[in-house]
Amino acid sequence: MSKEKEYYFSKDELKQFGNITEFQEQMGKDFFKWYGNVMAEGALTSREKALIALAVAHAIQCPYCIDAYSSGCLQHGADEEEMMEAVHVAASIKAGTTLVYGVQMMNHVKEKIM
Amino acid sequence: MAIHQKSKSLASRKNELSDTFYQLEVLNGHEAIDAQFPVFAEKVANLGFTPLRTTNLEIFQINIGKLCNQTCAHCHVDAGPDRKEEQMTRAHLEKCLAIIAATPTVHTVDITGGAPEMNAHFRWFVEEVSKLGKKVIDRCNLTIIVANPKYHDLPEFFAKHKVNVVSSLPYYSKSRTDAQRGDGVFEDSIKALKMLNDVGYGKEGTGLELDLVYNPSGAFLPGSQISLETQFKRQLKRRYDIDFNYLYCITNLPISRFLEYLLESGNYEEYMQQLVEAFNPSTVTGLMCRNTLSVSWDGYLYDCDFNQMLDLKVSASGTQHLDDFDYEKLHERPIVLNQHCYGCTAGAGSSCGGAIE
Repeated sequence: MSKEKEYYFSKDELKQFGNITEFQEQMGKDFFKWYGNVMAEGALTSREKALIALAVAHAIQCPYCIDAYSSGCLQHGADEEEMMEAVHVAASIKAGTTLVYGVQMMNHVKEKIM
Repeated sequence: MAIHQKSKSLASRKNELSDTFYQLEVLNGHEAIDAQFPVFAEKVANLGFTPLRTTNLEIFQINIGKLCNQTCAHCHVDAGPDRKEEQMTRAHLEKCLAIIAATPTVHTVDITGGAPEMNAHFRWFVEEVSKLGKKVIDRCNLTIIVANPKYHDLPEFFAKHKVNVVSSLPYYSKSRTDAQRGDGVFEDSIKALKMLNDVGYGKEGTGLELDLVYNPSGAFLPGSQISLETQFKRQLKRRYDIDFNYLYCITNLPISRFLEYLLESGNYEEYMQQLVEAFNPSTVTGLMCRNTLSVSWDGYLYDCDFNQMLDLKVSASGTQHLDDFDYEKLHERPIVLNQHCYGCTAGAGSSCGGAIE
């Protein structure tokens, strides 16, 4: 492996996303068509979908998606406050998910102690 | 509130980008940055436009001067308070009038600048065009209306001549508007919009059309025009009780001060790549350069205001100035294309009248 490839998440790799069809053409094509339909204006606006995508991008900690949907949100007219609120929604759900396991811990402890 | 300008024009700073030849060298990958992008003219030729030609002349657009009370960070004209010399003379405006009167296909006269209202002959010219029965568009920066008492009656003047007022407002919040247009611009723009609303602009049934222009305030492309218009209408009404008719989304072209911003912020390559990737063949037939003639303050003729700012004059020989205007020679002329044209074909397309599709 060459020196410049000794890291993950190169920005340039995002530009090659379309190339996933090289190893499985039909599934790749199906995915991009589905993805396009999902993100298009529907019952939810494209702007709302971009904000959801931004929140999910943070929850799954995907650097590609964070860049893509930060730009996407700007493009769809979201402001900085809305974008940060979306990130807080993702963070609070993740934090809540951690905390809710506390119930399991509490129940277990209660079973074990006198 | 006084507007605080973030910068001066490229020309007064003697920045190398004030040289149009240098800008074209950058766009073609020969200066500043060596990124190469597919040649726009070839993209268009591959679609069968060999060359892309104009159709009937319908919109006569005049840039009557580079003087402006603002120095916006994205300005493709490099306008500003320091551009006092470049003002169209009465003699040139009279020539424009004669051409407009003699060209029946022209239905709209689109007056731009700088702040066009700062040209000493602006009101006289609007009155004369109005008498010809042509639609008049004034590309008003809004803040000029409150900049000085002598401009406070502009809303009444516009209303009297049924001028279509088209005004830039990059966002419905102060921070993003002022970041692009100067501190204090948002507050003054809201005041001016209220003055326009007060005389009937943007109100149903008055016939007085007030349109807003959305330019992204950064290195990203505009989203859906309909969706952004809905947002702008809702937010401006809710926050400031302001009404307007249409929102036009215009993509920032990589020229002049926006090119300076792209280069200085390190966004140039990525922005150009976005424009190239978003090339939409179906926008080509609706490009504004096909039915527009753009006239500079000193009387030269161009296919559009952007070509004007890059000093790319019309290709028709022997008729590149008002003094030599020849409709037959200009009709169906090949349009002068360069790399900045990607800005008008990206996504839903972009023109002085907003999205193309």
